[in-house]
Amino acid sequence: MSAVIAPVRGSAQEITRADPRFSVPASYAIHTERLARHFSGVPAVDGVDLRIPPGEIYGFLGPNGAGKSTTVRMLCTLLSPTGGRALVAGHDIAAAPGRVRLGIGVALQDAALDPKQTGSELLRLQGRLYGLGNRALVRRLAELAELTELGDALDRPIGTYSGGMKRRLDLAAALVHNPQILFLDEPTTGLDPASRARVWAEIRRLNQQLGMTIFLTTQYLEEADELAHRVGIIDHGRIVAEGTPGELKRSVGTDVIVARVDGDPAVALPLVQAVPGVRGAEAHGGELVIATGDGAAAISGVAVALAKCAVAVRDLTLRTPTLDDVFLELTGSHIERKNGKEDLS
Amino acid sequence: MTAVTYTTVPPASREVIRARPAGFLHDLAAISGRALRAVPRDPAAVIPPVFIALFFFVVNIATLKKLTGNHPGFNYTSFEMATAILLGVTGISRAPALVLDVQTHYLDRLLLTPVRRTAILIGHMTADVTVSAVLTAPILILGAILGVRFPTGPLGIAAFVLMASLWSLAFAGFSYAIALKTGNPAAVNSAFLLFFPFLFLTSSYVPRGQLSGWLSTVAGFNPVTYLLQGLRSLVLGNGWQWLQLAQAAAAIAVVGLISMTLCFVALRGRVKRNSQA
Repeated sequence: MSAVIAPVRGSAQEITRADPRFSVPASYAIHTERLARHFSGVPAVDGVDLRIPPGEIYGFLGPNGAGKSTTVRMLCTLLSPTGGRALVAGHDIAAAPGRVRLGIGVALQDAALDPKQTGSELLRLQGRLYGLGNRALVRRLAELAELTELGDALDRPIGTYSGGMKRRLDLAAALVHNPQILFLDEPTTGLDPASRARVWAEIRRLNQQLGMTIFLTTQYLEEADELAHRVGIIDHGRIVAEGTPGELKRSVGTDVIVARVDGDPAVALPLVQAVPGVRGAEAHGGELVIATGDGAAAISGVAVALAKCAVAVRDLTLRTPTLDDVFLELTGSHIERKNGKEDLS
Repeated sequence: MTAVTYTTVPPASREVIRARPAGFLHDLAAISGRALRAVPRDPAAVIPPVFIALFFFVVNIATLKKLTGNHPGFNYTSFEMATAILLGVTGISRAPALVLDVQTHYLDRLLLTPVRRTAILIGHMTADVTVSAVLTAPILILGAILGVRFPTGPLGIAAFVLMASLWSLAFAGFSYAIALKTGNPAAVNSAFLLFFPFLFLTSSYVPRGQLSGWLSTVAGFNPVTYLLQGLRSLVLGNGWQWLQLAQAAAAIAVVGLISMTLCFVALRGRVKRNSQA
């Protein structure tokens, strides 16, 4: 008999309820209720509710320090929650962490690899620890070699790999046992565009061909937009919005006009909000962000209104909304600016 | 919520790969196999101790043999081989590699698998015992060349190697405890400091009867004194000397009990700290 890679699918019927005190139906690949983690009384994750059905790519978007990695570390049993509950692959992360580990694969933010082992030694060890027999292991290694495109490099020490090669090997290590659920914690951070595109293609393939549930944390807006069926936006440990990327962007408006001005943009708000077709406007830093149903029709009126307010307009842009606009509307700051600020600190 | 259609590949008639707990022995074999594969790639961890042991074996014989040679029936080369063996195997451990696992987050990858947490530690220790046993070979060979003979025969050699390896394991427990507690390679290297009181406040170079004053008293409390007596009984006596062997075993057991308690407490602390960090 030969082996084929097929996921152990978790249907609503197959997933068992590990903890009878858990009062919600266990029909999700990942299900959390008020999940929380405090460090010395400071909340890193503060009551996160997630309901992720099997087979979904869920994008968990937020700036650095928002609580993304802490949430992932709890869901994959590396970190104990201080509050709430979570079922992953049908099992309670606190009551049955061993069963959870059998059903999940994890690629953490920093590729967790042993630089002195070769790539194939590392994958073989992973397979053995997941109880794979020799025949299954040989077949799986061949498949993962194809996936990682590492070729002969698999027989070299991992310490000689480039960052992109390490990422691909780390992903392969997460997949060696063919998990139901794959956690990817910022899988493309630090990768060049070509490597990022390859990782995106692989994530899509795993989801579409194998039906794998994928929990993807990212700080890149376009990554969540491109890959995720649904996106949860987290800030300060709380989910501030959730929906499909389209739904979230539509919540801001069909079009967005952004005016960068010198001085205080708030003085222009009353006149701009009165322009026909403008649904709403907000001032953030040196910017006015104006939501409208028809940007082409409204932009000239906005320009006239700004001129009347005597604010110097540096540029005026019309575009479709992005997830950053959603984040801006919900939190009052740009996600990318937050990341930049934290990167400098 | 928008409904999404998911395409899945159903399990075909071919074998499906499923994760399952591998079992403690499989975990142990996998972890110790990894640790053993790493040994030849890290020769700096094993060559210096053996070199030091061989060097002092030869130098000490050349320096001290004449001073002790006037005792009839006393063979200083055989006497000194036990010290050389302990110099070679004390401090042999993969604890620095475990620190590297903490630093590279590879320990997290291991903790994400269903592996038993104790198997991670015991797997490393199994490798240590194997390495220690192998490292006794060059010292035994040099001893044979210099005229050391085992009146207890091949079984005596086996007992000699076994006691040296178990001592190495007992001492390694301190290194693992420090490694897991601190995750700091410099702190692990400092475990070597423990080596000095153990190996020098005892009858390493002269028979215990020739120690005097406070050193004789301290040596009485040093478990290595009894370990050396047990090892020497296999090469100096006229056969099996069970009392001395039992005392040596007890000395290893006492040190091992303390060090293993410390390192398994440290392991529990590390796993807990990881889950609370």
